[in-house]
Amino acid sequence: MITAGDGGDLDPQLDAFSVDVRDLLQRSVANLYSHLVTRPTGRAVRLAIEAQLREISLPALSLVDLSSVSVLDYSCADEVVAKLLLRGVEGSNPHSGSVFFIFQGLKAHHREPILEVLNRHELAAVVQAVGNEEPFQLMGARSSLEEEVWSVVESRGRVPGARVSEAFPDGRQRETVDGLARRGLLFRHPLKGDLHALSHLARRFE
Amino acid sequence: MRVLEVPATLSYKTLDPFLGQVTESPDGRVLLDARGLSWIDPVGMIGLLSAGRFLADRSEHPPVLRSPESSEVSGYLSRMGFFERVREGFELVSPPPRRSSGASDVLLELSKISENHDVHDVVERVQERAGHILSRTLRYPPSAVVQFSVILSEVCQNILEHAEAPGWVAAQSYNWSRRLGRHVLILAVGDTGRGFRRSLEGEHSGRFGDRWSDSTALEAAFLHGLTRFPDQGRGQGIQQMRRQVRRWDGVISVRSGTARIADVPEWEDLPPLEEDLPAFPGAQITILLPERVQESE
Repeated sequence: MITAGDGGDLDPQLDAFSVDVRDLLQRSVANLYSHLVTRPTGRAVRLAIEAQLREISLPALSLVDLSSVSVLDYSCADEVVAKLLLRGVEGSNPHSGSVFFIFQGLKAHHREPILEVLNRHELAAVVQAVGNEEPFQLMGARSSLEEEVWSVVESRGRVPGARVSEAFPDGRQRETVDGLARRGLLFRHPLKGDLHALSHLARRFE
Repeated sequence: MRVLEVPATLSYKTLDPFLGQVTESPDGRVLLDARGLSWIDPVGMIGLLSAGRFLADRSEHPPVLRSPESSEVSGYLSRMGFFERVREGFELVSPPPRRSSGASDVLLELSKISENHDVHDVVERVQERAGHILSRTLRYPPSAVVQFSVILSEVCQNILEHAEAPGWVAAQSYNWSRRLGRHVLILAVGDTGRGFRRSLEGEHSGRFGDRWSDSTALEAAFLHGLTRFPDQGRGQGIQQMRRQVRRWDGVISVRSGTARIADVPEWEDLPPLEEDLPAFPGAQITILLPERVQESE
């Protein structure tokens, strides 16, 4: 776990921890598999990530690295991606609105199962293909306006609270910002109102 | 002891009448006589094991199996790991041939699926051999090995999540030179558990009323992705398998109880839905993946 330092205008006061899924599998499942298959395996990985989240202060950014996963089936994608995101946005969950996820290290064969489970649950996620230089993307169920607004924040990294109206002059755009923040797809500083792309936060912890 | 003759050919095309004979045979100990068996595919092997378990479940004594006389067929069954599985349910009239320790051309030996780690095990084992067969024999792109592994995982999980009984999986490729002029990979999965109708009836039978049957249960799962779980994330496995098999112009069929439902490409003549088949417990899933034709590349 990496904890952000105190103070500073740019400090979003967010804890981050990086999860290498293979490491988690090694610790939480009896046998080591680079194949993320079967629902019980996916559930074990998800529970391990959630257990780590309980150990850190909120809000938190969780980086889930799939680069070592050679096979990802739909059942596991449902547990490790969709259910993890659902736990983050469900109103009944104490972590709701406080945990943000980036799924990193995506390879071509991860995309279809992840996209399928996201669409099925009407979820979207911030993802990055394998390789640190790859751009961050929004994946899953989203409107064209959500994509547009998210891309503005993503390209700027951070939009200061005082400039949000300038960046998004249209009321529908600002409503969309609210929706993206509720869905955990960007972070809004609780006091200053600054908007942060999750990629921007992730880079700060590197 | 009642004797039931195993037909000369036991494949996905010929299994149903044999299962009918098995279920209709009178109670008591049964000898399955496979001396005349001259051709068997993974569907036939799993069918034979399922028949053995069905007979064992209804009798105090395990059924007896008389092995094929053909050394070629016995040798093949041995390479497929058939006799190791047979020992778990049958008595054998004579000892099976010793399994060769040399390199094998088998894609996936008959494997028992009863726990989560069994699925991991078959996915792990199939990687190298599937890569070779999918790319060189079926001429699929390199990415196909991962997609095949996902299919394998999902189809095996169907046993764990719905059957509430152990099952088996096996796969092998064949050269259907006369029938199709192409190679075909056959993936078979089967169990003798509670089947689709019983798995789904608590959650879904009410809306079907009098129409609830093996075929409506298969339609609900196969066409509409319904499962017994209220969780919205469930039921994707069969849908994703169907999608991928369609991309490869293959066949996927699910038989359960007295019905079978299938996605069938032009080159195959299976009906999309069959009813009034001989009743048999559990579910049997068959996937046929044909060699890619040059014109479509």
